[in-house]
Amino acid sequence: MNRFNAFVRKEFYHIFRDYRTVLILFGMPIMQILLFGFAITNEIKDARIAIMDLSKDHISQKITSRILSSGYFILDSYLQSYSEIEPAFRKGKIKEVIIFEPDFAKNLEKHGKASIEVITDATDPNTATTLANYTQAIIGTYQIEMNKSSIRPITISPEFKMEYNPNMKGVYMFVPGLITIILMLVSAMMTSISITREKELGTMEVILASPMKPVQVIAAKVIPYILLSFTIAIIILVLGFFVFGVPIKGSLILLLLETILFIITALSLGILISSVTESQQVALMISLMALMLPTILLSGFIFPIENMPVLLQLFSHIIPAKWFIIIIKSIMLKGAGFELVWKETLIIILFTLIFLGISIKKYKIRLE
Amino acid sequence: MRIIKFLIIKEFRQIFRNKGMLPILFVAPVLQLLILAYAVTYEIKNLKLYIIDYDQSSFSKRLSEKFTSTDHFILSGQSYTDKKAYKSLDENKSDLILIIPKSFEKNLTVSKHEKIQFLVNAIDGAKAAVSISYAQNIINDFVQEINQELAGKYILTPIQGYGPPKQIHTSSLNWYNPELDYKTFMVPGILVLLVTLIGGFLSSMNIVREKEMGTIEQINVAPIKKHQFIIGKLFPFWILGLVELGIGLIIAKLFFDIPFVGSILLLFAFAAVYLLVVLGIGLFISTITETQQQAMFVSWFFLVIFILMSGLFTAIENMPVWAQKLTLFNPLRYFMEVVRMVLLKGSGIMDVKWHFIIMLSFGILINLLAVLRYRKTIS
Repeated sequence: MNRFNAFVRKEFYHIFRDYRTVLILFGMPIMQILLFGFAITNEIKDARIAIMDLSKDHISQKITSRILSSGYFILDSYLQSYSEIEPAFRKGKIKEVIIFEPDFAKNLEKHGKASIEVITDATDPNTATTLANYTQAIIGTYQIEMNKSSIRPITISPEFKMEYNPNMKGVYMFVPGLITIILMLVSAMMTSISITREKELGTMEVILASPMKPVQVIAAKVIPYILLSFTIAIIILVLGFFVFGVPIKGSLILLLLETILFIITALSLGILISSVTESQQVALMISLMALMLPTILLSGFIFPIENMPVLLQLFSHIIPAKWFIIIIKSIMLKGAGFELVWKETLIIILFTLIFLGISIKKYKIRLE
Repeated sequence: MRIIKFLIIKEFRQIFRNKGMLPILFVAPVLQLLILAYAVTYEIKNLKLYIIDYDQSSFSKRLSEKFTSTDHFILSGQSYTDKKAYKSLDENKSDLILIIPKSFEKNLTVSKHEKIQFLVNAIDGAKAAVSISYAQNIINDFVQEINQELAGKYILTPIQGYGPPKQIHTSSLNWYNPELDYKTFMVPGILVLLVTLIGGFLSSMNIVREKEMGTIEQINVAPIKKHQFIIGKLFPFWILGLVELGIGLIIAKLFFDIPFVGSILLLFAFAAVYLLVVLGIGLFISTITETQQQAMFVSWFFLVIFILMSGLFTAIENMPVWAQKLTLFNPLRYFMEVVRMVLLKGSGIMDVKWHFIIMLSFGILINLLAVLRYRKTIS
């Protein structure tokens, strides 16, 4: 046991002596959660628009002021003719042009019909659709109000209740994702690099020649990383809770247990990678290409899986991070108990067993 | 000049001899472009809608139908009890629930007013916001339709003081990307990533590798000047970055059919300036790190921040003002804007002249800083 402790201690020294890496390991998640929490949102507000009012009557002006006071739009400029639209878009400032036809109010009074044209800069299709929708909704609401005086029209007021995330904060999405990424980064990538480094530098031979059992060697290697990643995960949870009010609705113990399970999964992946590679660079590249990218892209962290092509959707099933993100989202935001996440948990356990099985088979006591 | 030439030849030989490097240089970017373009979709369609219709009247059925007949919503379930609906929201089987109250039709015809309720899964705030605006529009349409019908009756039997309702017709046009294809938006952005990865990541790792292996000492004692060494190191990656952009553009055109409205030459000119900045950053990182692992982590750290703040996924205008100001120091932001403006909108040199000026000053500044920090002696 004493010998084992010494090994664990050695590994800790290794990690903490490289202060730059440690700084980044702790600094990165903190920085990212602050960015996600404070800076990055998908909510559209203050989109710059141009208005081309060819009519300039009381109704078109009323609608304009409605649109500008909605909080979604700010006025960039007034345009006078169609030829000004293209250059305005090209400068890249405005996202939408709203065009009132000539004699807008007159047409409305006389024929009961008038038209508004909305042109969006659809290079960003999401913003474009959302802006067009907002505009349409504002005009639609105005129209219904305007008609109140003609007949007694029906009105429906929809009430939207935001479940799980009442203020629609982006950070709710990102905290679970960030935890997952950091666990992957520290547990899988760091472990695989640190084991291959010992191989590359030849120090692995010394360790293997020691009277420690292979299992102990590996265990001593990974224990510091377990502690490290667990600490970082807790930092993220605490930051999320106290700074951004991301709740932990479900059981904290269940959440932590699932986190430990996922750390073990990530570690077993790291061990697997290190057992099939010889150099740090290759280990690094495999970790990046095979672990980090899929974890970021295909886990549903930022991009909804259900909108991807079927092939990628199928592929996402074999990414453990996807299941873990479902689990922690359910526990943290929905307050789910074990009965709602047992399936995903089982899948992760299965993955872990497979990874461990392969790496035990591949693990060599001897060096070639 | 001759020394620089030899250094560049040495560098190219080293890059092309490394068998592990070639796939990273040429295969990985292609794969990345192909996979990223498909994976990174923020397109919001097929929202899963669960309907609880307590009324079961002709009005409520029409409203339900209006929802399910658009391609924004698909029906994920229908029941008369809340419990099942909540469960499907809990299990992610639905994105939102529409609750139509009992006596919906009666209230609409008698008191002319009714409330309906939506429960929205708002974990993804952006998606929730979009689904709300979709729903609002469908309801507006529905109300409009019913009012129109009611008005039709009035026209047949005109009542004093009630004219027909007025109608504002709103049509929307989507310029530059009429099909609203998300790939048209993402692929140019991913090109920026590729160029940045090659320029920033690989150049910093390359110099640090010489440090780690000790070969830098040989160069230090050789009669090579500081600037010669740096130019010799960075020039190959400058070329590689441009080649990478070329490959990316070919794929973008052939595979994704991205429109090239503007001048490709302008794009390359900007990329050439942009690469100076990225290479400068890579050089700077290499002066503050000792091992490849460190260089990798430091680059990764900055890259993630730069990417998140570049407007690749999330529009910069949506950020709070202080964050928008911060993005002014982010080189990726400028290239991201230029690539989309030039390729998709056909912006000319005058539209992006400020981008050029800013990028050029960044390039001079960061390279100056890096060269000053670069030491020929080993501490």
